[in-house]
Amino acid sequence: MSEPAKAISELFTSRFGDRVTPGKSLGGILTVEVGVDSWLEVCRALRDEEDFRFEQLTDLCGVDYLSYGQSEWDTSDASTEGFGRGVEGFGPGRFNWAERPEAKDVKQRFGVVVHLLSFKYNRRVRLRCFAPDEGMLIVPSLVEIWSSANWYEREAFDLFGIVFEGHPDLRRIMTDYGFTGHPFRKDFPLIGNVAVRYDSQKKRVVYEPVEIEPRVGVPRVLRNDSRYNTDDFDLAADAEAEAIAAKDKAAGEQEN
Amino acid sequence: MAEIRNYTMNFGPQHPAAHGVLRLILELDGETVVRADPHVGLLHRATEKLAESKPYNQNIGYLDRLDYMSMMCNEHAYVRAIEELLGIEPPARAQWIRTMFDEITRFSNHLLWIASAGIDLGAMTVFIYAFREREMVMDMYEAVSGARMHAGYYRPGGVYRDLPDTMPPYKESRWTKGKDLKRRNEWRGGSLLDFIEAFAIDVPGKIDEYETLLTNNRIWKQRNVGIGVLSPEKAMQMGCSGVMLRGSGVEWDLRKKQPYAMYDQVEFDIPVGVGGDCYDRYLVRVEEMRQSAKIILQCVDWLKKNPGHVMLKNFKVIPPTREEMKDDMEALIHHFKLFTEGYCVPEGETYAAVEAPKGEFGCYLVSDGANKPFRAHFRAPGFAHLSGINELSRGHMLADVVAIIGTLDLVFGEVDR
Repeated sequence: MSEPAKAISELFTSRFGDRVTPGKSLGGILTVEVGVDSWLEVCRALRDEEDFRFEQLTDLCGVDYLSYGQSEWDTSDASTEGFGRGVEGFGPGRFNWAERPEAKDVKQRFGVVVHLLSFKYNRRVRLRCFAPDEGMLIVPSLVEIWSSANWYEREAFDLFGIVFEGHPDLRRIMTDYGFTGHPFRKDFPLIGNVAVRYDSQKKRVVYEPVEIEPRVGVPRVLRNDSRYNTDDFDLAADAEAEAIAAKDKAAGEQEN
Repeated sequence: MAEIRNYTMNFGPQHPAAHGVLRLILELDGETVVRADPHVGLLHRATEKLAESKPYNQNIGYLDRLDYMSMMCNEHAYVRAIEELLGIEPPARAQWIRTMFDEITRFSNHLLWIASAGIDLGAMTVFIYAFREREMVMDMYEAVSGARMHAGYYRPGGVYRDLPDTMPPYKESRWTKGKDLKRRNEWRGGSLLDFIEAFAIDVPGKIDEYETLLTNNRIWKQRNVGIGVLSPEKAMQMGCSGVMLRGSGVEWDLRKKQPYAMYDQVEFDIPVGVGGDCYDRYLVRVEEMRQSAKIILQCVDWLKKNPGHVMLKNFKVIPPTREEMKDDMEALIHHFKLFTEGYCVPEGETYAAVEAPKGEFGCYLVSDGANKPFRAHFRAPGFAHLSGINELSRGHMLADVVAIIGTLDLVFGEVDR
């Protein structure tokens, strides 16, 4: 995991050209965006070619980018009455089924994120492919390349509604039998839609609309202030530096 | 002649060998498995979605409840992901404590595995033996965090508090008294580290006891040798990690290959199997327990010699101490803000993986700069392992399915999340 991200990034661009867009790298894992049209081709090459040899698909998950970067509480701007006290907006967990936010014309809303692992080179890479939003979200299935993709794709289908074309057995996996909707989408309420209980009169399990209210108290806040520079506030380092300075000073005085 | 048809059988979700809530639809030809179709999700609690609605620190508790047999390892993956996004590094003592507790957790997980796998295949005594030691591991958890299982001990920037100076002894009661009480309190005179040290020195002898019950046991071998054979290529292809991979002879351990915490400073070996069957995986797990004890001793040694901070002094992430709060208004406000709103994590995405006892437990975290994760995804080893059960059990007898479920080391908290 020691090789520089730049080298891997160049490896990708030199092999795949403009079919891939290498992005940022953190913790030694490079993010590469791949178009949906070349998804299968790139993945197959990543598994088979000597330069890559990603033998394992470690993880695959869906991501819903609706409301990315939106905060519920404006902290950057104060009005004449000071900062807003009420929380506006319906962030995650703060709306019910009727109030759910509408998603209109969101480009690149659903992404499929794959983590690959190469045992040979001890290297990981993250691939992302956005599902084209044309009625159905269709992404080619990776099952024939890595069989571990099977359940992960079922999970992403169940929770996000991404359809994996060519998957041999695309059933729901996590949710209840007969469930409707895709619960991990950002416009699906945290409290859910239906509740299930046993009805002692009917002597069977019944489904009813949920009764509970959304109860997430903490607003979602984005703060673009100095907190990002955590290095400056590393007091332990400061204290250490001070101690060293004091020691040096004492040593200097002794010499004098 | 009578028509012979395949028989479909429902295994679980309330079968004692289903390790929780596995519902397995088995298509049988006589007693031979033709197809196994697991139905999971009965324990699905939408942890990943819940995480999106809570500040970072408040999610740590959910992580304990994923793989509820290896609590602190799950926390470790999540906490490491946050630390990577924040760009902070916990102090060395915290890293050593994490290493030690990861190994204690691994030991406890394998203990429970050996107990439940034993009982699945009819070996009752090993279950009782293993729970005897597990009780002490739970006491270590309790001493350090106050909770026997769901510790919530790892925090971004270190661990919640330093190791306690005393190990609470048992008090006399109707059930524990006299010689029994004395035996139980034998190691509890000193600090937690003394207790852990005494335990780790003693435990290889206990592992020998399990081995006398199982390793050369005729029934145990008949039920495990040659069952659920996994070739190395197949294991990689199926997304196996941890013991499932090492049992097939792939020398791959994140603690060695992509070291985190203090694993690059401790000495240990990675046991590897040869045949890739259930018996090899059993041997690998037993040897891992011995290696864990070895690592724990090295950690104890370091921790005894090096006192120091266990939490980073970075007050953007870490709350002020109780003492400061008592006489400083600013500290009180600071504490309030950190425990209500939390801290904002810089925009970015990361994947942090740890070698959990069951395999690679990973945390994929996406932040858009807010105080809550934008998306948190937990890569549970059991999920990938269970997805391969159809291939593993095809052609085996019905009774072998129990051995195979046992060898996968499943916990439905993490499979269903």
